[in-house]
Amino acid sequence: MADKLTKASIRINTELCKGCYLCKATCPENLIFVSGKLNSKGYYPANYSEEELDIEKHACKGCALCAIVCPDLAIEVYRG
Amino acid sequence: MKKVFGRPKSMKAAEFHYCPGCGHSIIHRLIAEVIDELGIQEKIIGVPPAGCAVLAYNYFDVDMGEAPHGRGAAVATGIKRSLPDRIVFSYQGDGDIAAIGTAETIHAANRGELITTIFVNNGVYGMTGGQMAPTTLVGQDSTTTPGGRRLERDGFPIDLSEMLAIAHGSVYIERTSVHSPKHIIHTKKAIKKAFKTQIEGLGFSLVEILSPCPTNWKMSPIKANEFINSTIIKNFPLKVIKDEVGKL
Repeated sequence: MADKLTKASIRINTELCKGCYLCKATCPENLIFVSGKLNSKGYYPANYSEEELDIEKHACKGCALCAIVCPDLAIEVYRG
Repeated sequence: MKKVFGRPKSMKAAEFHYCPGCGHSIIHRLIAEVIDELGIQEKIIGVPPAGCAVLAYNYFDVDMGEAPHGRGAAVATGIKRSLPDRIVFSYQGDGDIAAIGTAETIHAANRGELITTIFVNNGVYGMTGGQMAPTTLVGQDSTTTPGGRRLERDGFPIDLSEMLAIAHGSVYIERTSVHSPKHIIHTKKAIKKAFKTQIEGLGFSLVEILSPCPTNWKMSPIKANEFINSTIIKNFPLKVIKDEVGKL
């Protein structure tokens, strides 16, 4: 399980997000959710957090589709 | 973990001013990625348009020279002729290239100028508030065609890329889209090929990119991408319109 966690991950800069949610619609594993907290632009940003995920069922595979569709360059993808 | 996707080197750490879901910033990123991959950051000069992308020079970490509305091809021609060792691209919207700048563009293509044009087609005048552009589809709503563009009153949408393919000096013209990850990846390949066409000195190259404008289409970003997929690509089919790269 720990291996799965370290396989891949994304980091969303919520301050850059404008809430188009294209990443949320694109993620094949449905790992991106809408944050309940407004960012300083006044949008509810897309967010990703490993703590809130059921890692047994879902895990980021680092496919980078979310980052490819993000118009605001808010997503960085890491693979290890 | 190793970073496999992030901000391209030739892009400044600036926040985009574009609306949520806009295709411009995706296209900016693709151009910057291609510049990085070809290693031409010190050699490239961009020509931003008038329109939504007028502030493109705030985002690219490369030399830029602003053009008046529609004059991208003419300004790029001047830069390329005075500095022939540089790579020059103009970045133009549909209101810019297909309306006020039609003459400059057609003549630049016909002369076979060694420039690359990125033609962003979103079917409306975005910056001024969504008026009808030459590329607005028949039946499509805009602020100047409420109830939809009517053929008998407003005429047909213009197929500028097909017109430019007739020009003798054009070498590579392709129409792509940025409405899905697959199409975004393909668009990057097309931009790379267009830049390579110029680097090899073959002639005029252009990539037309269908891009969503959720704000002026009055749709959510996801709906706007679906609209491109269901409607726009039927009127503006995605294809290589002219490719003489291998033949020259």
